[in-house]
Amino acid sequence: MTGAALQALLSHWWRNPLQLFTLLAGLALATALWSGVQAINAEARASYDAAAATLGEAQYDRLARRDGLPMPQSTFVRLRRAGWLVSPVVQGRLEEVRIVGIEPLTAPFGIAPVAPSEGAGIAAFLTGAGQIFANAETAAQLSGLTVIITPRIAPGTAVTDIGIAQRLLGKPNQIDSLIVLPDQPKGQAELGDIAPELSVQAAQEGSDIARLTDSLHLNLSAFGLLSFAVGIFIVHGAVGLAFEQRRPVVRTMRALGMPLRRLVVLMGVELMIFALIAGVIGVALGYVIAALLLPDVAATLHGLYGADVSGTLQLRPVWWVSGLAIALGGTFIAASGALYQIANMPLLAAAHPRALAMAAGRRAVILGTAASILLAVAVVMIVTVNSLVGGFIMLAALMIGAALGLPLVLDRILALAGKFAKSVTAQWFWADTRQQLPGLSLALMALLLAMSANVGVSTMVSSFRLTFTGFLDQRLASELYVRTENEAQSAALVAFAEPRTDVILPIQSARSRIAGQPAEVFGARDHATYRENWVLLQQTPQAWDTTFGGQTVLINEQLSRRAGLGVGDEVILQGTPFAIAGVYGDYGNPIGQAVIGENAFASLYPAITPQRFGLRMDPAAVSGFVAELENATGIPAAQAVNQAGIKALSLAVFERTFTVTSALNVLTLAVAGFAILMSLLTLASMRVPQLAPAWAMGMTRRQIGGLELLRAVMLALLTAVVALPLGLALAWALLAVVNVAAFGWKLPMYLFPLDYARLGLLALLAAGLAALWPARRLARTPPADLLKVFSNER
Amino acid sequence: MNAKALFLAITLPVAAFAQGFAGLGSDAEGFATPQPDPQFSFPADHGAHPDFRIEWWYLTANLTSDDGTPYGLQWTLFRSALAPDEGDGWTAPQLWMGNAAVTTPEDHFVSERLARGGVGQAGVIADPFEAWIDDWVLEGDWQNMRLTASGPEFAYDMTLTAQGPLIFHGDAGYSVKSAAGQASYYYSQPFFAIEGVLRLPEGDIAVTGNAWYDREWSSQPLADNQTGWDWFSLSFDDGNKLMGFRLQQTDGENYTSATWITPEGDATPFADGALVATPLALNDSGVPVRWRVELPAKGVDVTVAALNENAWMATSIPYWEGPVTVSGTHGGVGYLEMTGYD
Repeated sequence: MTGAALQALLSHWWRNPLQLFTLLAGLALATALWSGVQAINAEARASYDAAAATLGEAQYDRLARRDGLPMPQSTFVRLRRAGWLVSPVVQGRLEEVRIVGIEPLTAPFGIAPVAPSEGAGIAAFLTGAGQIFANAETAAQLSGLTVIITPRIAPGTAVTDIGIAQRLLGKPNQIDSLIVLPDQPKGQAELGDIAPELSVQAAQEGSDIARLTDSLHLNLSAFGLLSFAVGIFIVHGAVGLAFEQRRPVVRTMRALGMPLRRLVVLMGVELMIFALIAGVIGVALGYVIAALLLPDVAATLHGLYGADVSGTLQLRPVWWVSGLAIALGGTFIAASGALYQIANMPLLAAAHPRALAMAAGRRAVILGTAASILLAVAVVMIVTVNSLVGGFIMLAALMIGAALGLPLVLDRILALAGKFAKSVTAQWFWADTRQQLPGLSLALMALLLAMSANVGVSTMVSSFRLTFTGFLDQRLASELYVRTENEAQSAALVAFAEPRTDVILPIQSARSRIAGQPAEVFGARDHATYRENWVLLQQTPQAWDTTFGGQTVLINEQLSRRAGLGVGDEVILQGTPFAIAGVYGDYGNPIGQAVIGENAFASLYPAITPQRFGLRMDPAAVSGFVAELENATGIPAAQAVNQAGIKALSLAVFERTFTVTSALNVLTLAVAGFAILMSLLTLASMRVPQLAPAWAMGMTRRQIGGLELLRAVMLALLTAVVALPLGLALAWALLAVVNVAAFGWKLPMYLFPLDYARLGLLALLAAGLAALWPARRLARTPPADLLKVFSNER
Repeated sequence: MNAKALFLAITLPVAAFAQGFAGLGSDAEGFATPQPDPQFSFPADHGAHPDFRIEWWYLTANLTSDDGTPYGLQWTLFRSALAPDEGDGWTAPQLWMGNAAVTTPEDHFVSERLARGGVGQAGVIADPFEAWIDDWVLEGDWQNMRLTASGPEFAYDMTLTAQGPLIFHGDAGYSVKSAAGQASYYYSQPFFAIEGVLRLPEGDIAVTGNAWYDREWSSQPLADNQTGWDWFSLSFDDGNKLMGFRLQQTDGENYTSATWITPEGDATPFADGALVATPLALNDSGVPVRWRVELPAKGVDVTVAALNENAWMATSIPYWEGPVTVSGTHGGVGYLEMTGYD
């Protein structure tokens, strides 16, 4: 009997393949967008982590010889014995692979592939033939060596014990650099007294852009979730419709003796099977989306940091699990209401459009109440929220509240319009639209969410792009950036560049704590580059003059917000007080930052010498300059970064993001349109009894069809009107609330009215297209069918 | 001072490479083992014994500042061998660990250093004596010594002056640790006068006091069923001193040993059972910081209480080590070390 029942239930889908398609497509799409975005984020993060963990270059200060040559191992021992907690690193190339030798007992935690606490692992690492760690791709390049494969090592790099690396690289008793541990003991000797040939290379804080992309990751995650929500609404619509249409089947089966409990379980099982199928399709689709995007992310990382990032995507088991889990969970949420209704339906209750509408009317009141509560929560949270989780709860409350409130709002508008209607036809049109509203409301909610998500996406990504390019202009104003390895290279660079460039801007920074917050202090050379490009959010009239003069300091927005500091307050640097002359926007940076004049920096941090330089010159001369620089000084071209190159690479990623965003716009709108089509088709067959009297009173079928079309477009228009402010609120919440909570800075919001207009038109087009076929069908309803309404022969 | 052996051998993560060798209770592959009736040879035996698996140079001191505030300090250098040879360069199979601490009535500052032998970052030279890891040093001619250590929050620089002879524990330096016969070589210099400066967050503090230096080496010092260790070094006001330890066993029994040291430097060993140590009170972490210590043969029945209950050594292998005060039949000060409570 169970088999027969299942067959009877499933037969509905075979008879309505379009509905089945909607269900599967909605769910698969939702899962795909969610898991694709997650995949990109996870892969990119794994890459950053591997790169950072392998070398810790971004995290720790280093000591190296000023002339760039390796130092003898005895220097390491001399420093340790003078109280300097440093850890030796030797590196070089072997068959195209970068070999890094580290010393795990002295290295900072997390640098070594094995920690001293990992028991047996470290003995094998230190003794005998030792161990070499690399990822699978790199391991394949290291012929003749036994390599332990781990994804934790950056691509193109192999990590091993310093003793083994020295042997492999033919550098016995040599060390290239020393990692300086963060917590140094009391009373250590001055570096100049122990090893005057060494200089401190400040930890590279050049990962600002990585943090900016982190912010992008977060926002993409939020939209992945929203897309999923849109998908779930569509699934809810499809499931609701199918269950509604299967009421007679359910009634018949129950009348035949099928226990209700088994019936509900069967329907649940049926849905879970669909969810699994759609989940598998969705994860695979998400993989495709991620694979299309990832090479660009990898290329950008390579361009920006010179860090090799694996361009291939690993299909991790956790994606399958999470993708399927979210598909199943989503289906459960979408279907639980419908299953509950079936479970509580009176035995012989049948589908009846008007009864449905009446019931929906009562439900609309409940939904309206829920919507008001959710929206009230969202409004309160907008003012009070200050955490990431709170931000997302606020977003959820806002979106769900707005979606639930939509039918009520539309109902009120239609009622109002009906009152103002003069002609009978118009009155009938408004009343009939109101009657149809319950059947269409789910589709319209999906449309609302799709549209507002799209408005949000466009606003967020475009604002992001404007801010990002502005930030690049500000921070990377120089045409060329050159990194030097040591003081000899720095001197050679300055000597070579002085006559060939407009100005040389040394970039030097020191780690510090300001007002209890971790911060970096930058020393800047007085130049128009700063005065013209940097955007100050607050400032005194002479902010740049006094700062370059050494009397004041400029701090970033993060420090200002976290420490509650503003213009006129004072901060202490190395025991010296400085007044704050300005606060600048510093998008993407997680920690506090302060800028002081070059001379003030030199007197506060005498041990730090600049090892990055910005060179202002004619952009056209950049490539020639780089080539000449390498010939004349031996500074490899790899150490020079063309600003235009960085910008182009970064924008390429955004272009790809835009492509995906547009695809997402079209897809979600198409699916929302599809939901409208399905709803209208379903309603069409039920609506004949309501249309027949209108026809009988003299309206042509063509007029009736035309009004159907008009109605769909009008409803879409009304929905779009609600969606626009909702989308803007969404974008605002992401940029100004979630971003501040997550990163401590506010992303400015820009408006793009043309985009919104285009999006609105697209939505109307989608609704119009969706209504076209049902309208045509109505217009061509045989008069005989309409007549049957009056002869009770239906 | 078997505690070091215990945690070096059993819990010290750096020493966990020992897993590549035999388990601790079994035969020490290729390593030398302590034999009864030892013949020490100085100054050579002040230096390292790379053919033994584990070894330490260990100093604790009870100190007082000018205003009478009590302090304690600890300086320890551990050696742990992956294989029984000295080696050279990075391939040397000798690993070193330093622990240093300063305990005040309110605070407990700890620092730890790790190093590999063979490159010069850490080691011990017998003559002229120098034991070091990084900038931490214990050096001198055994009459006058210098001791330094530093951490992010503290540093100290002390001078030591010997005021008595070396003391050999157990049977002339052969110290048995279990009923099954596990043993180590163990001797002490408990008669150091110490003075110097503690550099603490609140400023530099001049201190004087007494220091107790321990030397021990072995390869397989503990039985399989021994899980923790409580060690006492007590200096009584009457000039007598007492070293005692209690090894905790999984069967609930303890193995104890003690040495009674007169002001003249005469040592009397006491075998298992003569010393009784009973926990009286636990601190918030469940570590006994008040003890009753009895050695009836010498009329000792004292209460030993921690100067600072929170003298927890949050190092790679955590343990408790701090200064104590003694009251009861004898008054005095001392040091207490406890392992097996984390």
